[in-house]
Amino acid sequence: MTKDNMNKDNIPVMGTYDVIVVGAGHAGCEAGLIAARMGMNTLLLCINLESVAMMPCNPSIGGTGKGHLVCEIDALGGEMGLNIDKTFLQSKMLNTSKGPAVHSLRAQADKNRYHLEMKKTIEQEPNLHLKQAEVTDLVIENGEVQGVVTRTFTRYNAKAVILCTGTFLGGKIFIGDSVFQSGPNGLAASTELSEKLYEYGFPMRRFKTGTPARMLGKTLHYERMKEQNGDDEIVPFSFMNEGKDIGENQISCWLSYTNGETHKIILDNLDKSAMYSGNIVGVGPRYCPSIEDKVSRFKDRERHQLFVEPEGLDTDEMYIQGMSSSLPEDIQREFYHSIPGLEDAEIVRPAYAIEYDCIDPLSLKPSLENKIVKNLFCAGQFNGSSGYEEAAAQGLMAGINAVRKIQEKTPLILGRDQAYIGVLIDDLVTKGTNEPYRIMTSRAEYRLLLRQDNADRRLTTLGYEYGSVSEERYQKFMEKKTHVDEEMNRISKKNVATEVQNEFLRNHGSSESEKNLTFAEMMKRPEIHYADTAEIDDETRPSLTRNERYEIEVRIKYDGYIQKQVAQVEKLKKLESKSLREDIDYNGIGGLRLEARQKLTEIRPVNLGQASRISGVSPADINVLLIYLEKESRKETSHE
Amino acid sequence: MGDTIAAISTPQGEGGIGIVRISGEDALNIMKKLLTPCPVNVKPRYAYYGNICRVDSDEIIDEAICLYMKAPHSYTCEDVVEIQAHGGTLSIRMILRAVLEAGARMAEPGEFTKLAFLNGRMDLAQAEAVIDVIKAKSELPLQIAERQLKGRLGAEVQNIRESLRDVLAQMAVNIDFPDEDIEQVEFEKFREDLTSVAERVKKLLDTCDNGRIAKEGIRVAIVGKPNVGKSSLMNALLGEERAIVTNIPGTTRDTIEESANIHGIPLVLTDTAGIRETADVIEQIGIRKSHEEMEAADLIILVLDGSDRLSQEDLEILKQNREQKVLVILNKEDLGTTIQEADINQVIPNAEILRTSLLSMDGADVVVQRIEKMFVSGIVNMTERNIVTSERHRDALERGMASLKDSIHLLEIQEPIEICELEAHNAYEALGEIVGETAGEEILDTVFSKFCLGK
Repeated sequence: MTKDNMNKDNIPVMGTYDVIVVGAGHAGCEAGLIAARMGMNTLLLCINLESVAMMPCNPSIGGTGKGHLVCEIDALGGEMGLNIDKTFLQSKMLNTSKGPAVHSLRAQADKNRYHLEMKKTIEQEPNLHLKQAEVTDLVIENGEVQGVVTRTFTRYNAKAVILCTGTFLGGKIFIGDSVFQSGPNGLAASTELSEKLYEYGFPMRRFKTGTPARMLGKTLHYERMKEQNGDDEIVPFSFMNEGKDIGENQISCWLSYTNGETHKIILDNLDKSAMYSGNIVGVGPRYCPSIEDKVSRFKDRERHQLFVEPEGLDTDEMYIQGMSSSLPEDIQREFYHSIPGLEDAEIVRPAYAIEYDCIDPLSLKPSLENKIVKNLFCAGQFNGSSGYEEAAAQGLMAGINAVRKIQEKTPLILGRDQAYIGVLIDDLVTKGTNEPYRIMTSRAEYRLLLRQDNADRRLTTLGYEYGSVSEERYQKFMEKKTHVDEEMNRISKKNVATEVQNEFLRNHGSSESEKNLTFAEMMKRPEIHYADTAEIDDETRPSLTRNERYEIEVRIKYDGYIQKQVAQVEKLKKLESKSLREDIDYNGIGGLRLEARQKLTEIRPVNLGQASRISGVSPADINVLLIYLEKESRKETSHE
Repeated sequence: MGDTIAAISTPQGEGGIGIVRISGEDALNIMKKLLTPCPVNVKPRYAYYGNICRVDSDEIIDEAICLYMKAPHSYTCEDVVEIQAHGGTLSIRMILRAVLEAGARMAEPGEFTKLAFLNGRMDLAQAEAVIDVIKAKSELPLQIAERQLKGRLGAEVQNIRESLRDVLAQMAVNIDFPDEDIEQVEFEKFREDLTSVAERVKKLLDTCDNGRIAKEGIRVAIVGKPNVGKSSLMNALLGEERAIVTNIPGTTRDTIEESANIHGIPLVLTDTAGIRETADVIEQIGIRKSHEEMEAADLIILVLDGSDRLSQEDLEILKQNREQKVLVILNKEDLGTTIQEADINQVIPNAEILRTSLLSMDGADVVVQRIEKMFVSGIVNMTERNIVTSERHRDALERGMASLKDSIHLLEIQEPIEICELEAHNAYEALGEIVGETAGEEILDTVFSKFCLGK
């Protein structure tokens, strides 16, 4: 497919690096930082330095599933958690009425400060070089990427390139009948690189997303909306900030609702929406529908909710969550004004839909390296995902794996039982996606194992072994791990006299027991918490941090369910441990069904576990592969 | 912990001996749970005679001989126990069921052979053969299952899954979209919905009650004039002499009903009395029953003496069954070919016709193959019945039921919703095994089609 493009020798080489990252959004920042921190001389190119770590849509980080991703990024040595902890305006733990596995942290961010803090961190990173440049072409020789060419006819060489182009690539904005080439937020789109990628034969796709209008806060009537406050207790995202005071909630958000009039305005003008005019070919995400979609698809709904969220402390702009649209500006103004609280709102940026180019992620390996062009890694929206957190997670993994590739070491591939990051990437590269992909807790089979609170226990040691976790973070983690393990051990033996025990149980509304129970046994009862046991404990009780206490509580209370999932994981692991070589000729394996051959040849799974998740590969096909592998391994042994 | 697997390892259908084979760490333990009396120290390669009862039950299923083969000296190189009992569909399936209840899981098609190869029991040269075994063993049951599922059973399982999918979608919304403006469904509602799903699963499970297993399957009526070879065909299908075969017309006086199993396709065979005008009262009753049988049949096999002329009586039978699925066998090929295919097609244009000699072994095989082909290709099916006939389906339903019960219990004691959801999801997966679907995007599809979500 990809023809080598060697006639770029006359372009002046401006520098030679280990890794070049194209794009400095949430994926690019993580990729650049981790590559540099792993010792690589790294170049981070961005079309406009004002857009480093820009949040072109909602001013928040985290949420269900996404909060888990941020904790995992952090546990592996990424930056997102640290950066939002520095710049949050309001913090809220979602799902606290449910079990610990689905507790999800979400923070409102100060957009500008988020951008500035990230930029500062990047600028201070010793091996990282941030430059403003638009990449217009890749240098590919013998099926291997060699560097990039920029708009200003300069060339940078590198051993590996990571594409994190986001919505800039082939970006096109739609507002009513108005259609124009543009990246997010009115920034210039990247069009030439897009054309080149099509030309080289990469399997490209067109996706679409949208964002609501921004309004001036001083023109809103807050008394007509419902105030939304953050939590009293602020929980940081980053494990590095455990036990630290990271600040207070500084703002409120506001809740309001659409009404019959809003819906009528929208329905009367539906034909003017770019979504319905047929101009947009890109596929949009179902979980993020425009307001015209919501109103026309759910006609019996009397109202739809929306949240008014501040964009930052240094601006009066407010984000109208739940109300993205591609209707013309005059219609937008009309329907926004029909909403209580927004009657006199001054719109400073209109809502828009944006279409962009991305790659079919089935063309990527689980390491996020491109299957066709060696040492070319891909991350973020370019891979068909959506969301800052999803992008950052992939950026981090692509960064780690680009470095591992240069170092000629095995890539870090996280299992579905290890991390939401594993679920996200495995879904993308194994099943592909027909819409911008968003993580959800229901996508994870082993949800009880993948909690926010244990992300460090799941990943930090692994990150340390693979070189992405700093010594400082590792030591901090080991200290916490020791505290928790020692205390778990202590309370699984610790007990008190039966009379004392029963009085304690009575006091907490729990039934008495003839048997002498350990603290751990008592804590298995829903009504008895770790904190309660302090009442009957002695001087051997250690003083622990909030997270340490929380981890102990969860591990004891949900032990039974956790064990059940661990047993299921064992089965998965058996298949995952059987590697499939990259060059297997599936057409030459007798017994595989035709569809399985085609799918296996296209996707080239790295192990039997991944193969078993490909649609169209049956259990019988997996058995055939199992026999094939055994056969090959015996052949090898006999040759030795 | 490794899996312990079990399956009936003798060919399905009627036979003198039926063997249930168990392989895995738990095999010996399961034998000890089911066999009475059973010594504490079971010696490898000794035969132990006793009764097989279900776990925690005194009810005797059958008497049996159990053999224990200690790893690695067995077919699979794991611990293997073989329970040898009387053949016959019902009792051997009851024993398998007891083994599954005692902790084994149903072996996948060809799994014993697969283990034998993977554990080094077979050499490299046999690898291709192993693949063929797995393929053959998994393809036919798959096709059969697909056929069966085109009928009411499949439709009902799909309906139940859809109801369950709605519950799962609502649970997913509760968990993944906590601040959406959607009615947060309460535990009580989830419990009610799951209870109604569980009731429907139970109804299906009730259909595979002991007594009915043996009698359910494709109803095949064997008809024809006396002494054309009906009983020979019946015997060939059953593999032993059940019907009396003589050359005196009218020997078969009553309809005989037998269960047979052709490579996993369950058949209920009725050998009808001959159909002819007769003064004999008893024979008349038999003839009337024959007509009833023909009407109820999924497949009619009309046996004709191909060496004889097509009689008025034969034509009558053909005409009567014009609307039915008919397989015409022109028997006694060795004696002559007087009746031509065209003669039959004049009456039933698309009748399946087979010329053979049933008295030869090959002749019977040809018929068996043709029936199998008709079933697999969908010419014949049991669309009208809502019956669980496959032990694999029953096993999946049982597991689904157990998970539903767990989920309902967890909801009752108000465990966190994401934990209740796990069990409900397991039930959904188990039901999916029956219809050959694994849970994929459809739950999320339901979430987005039914609920208005998103920022």
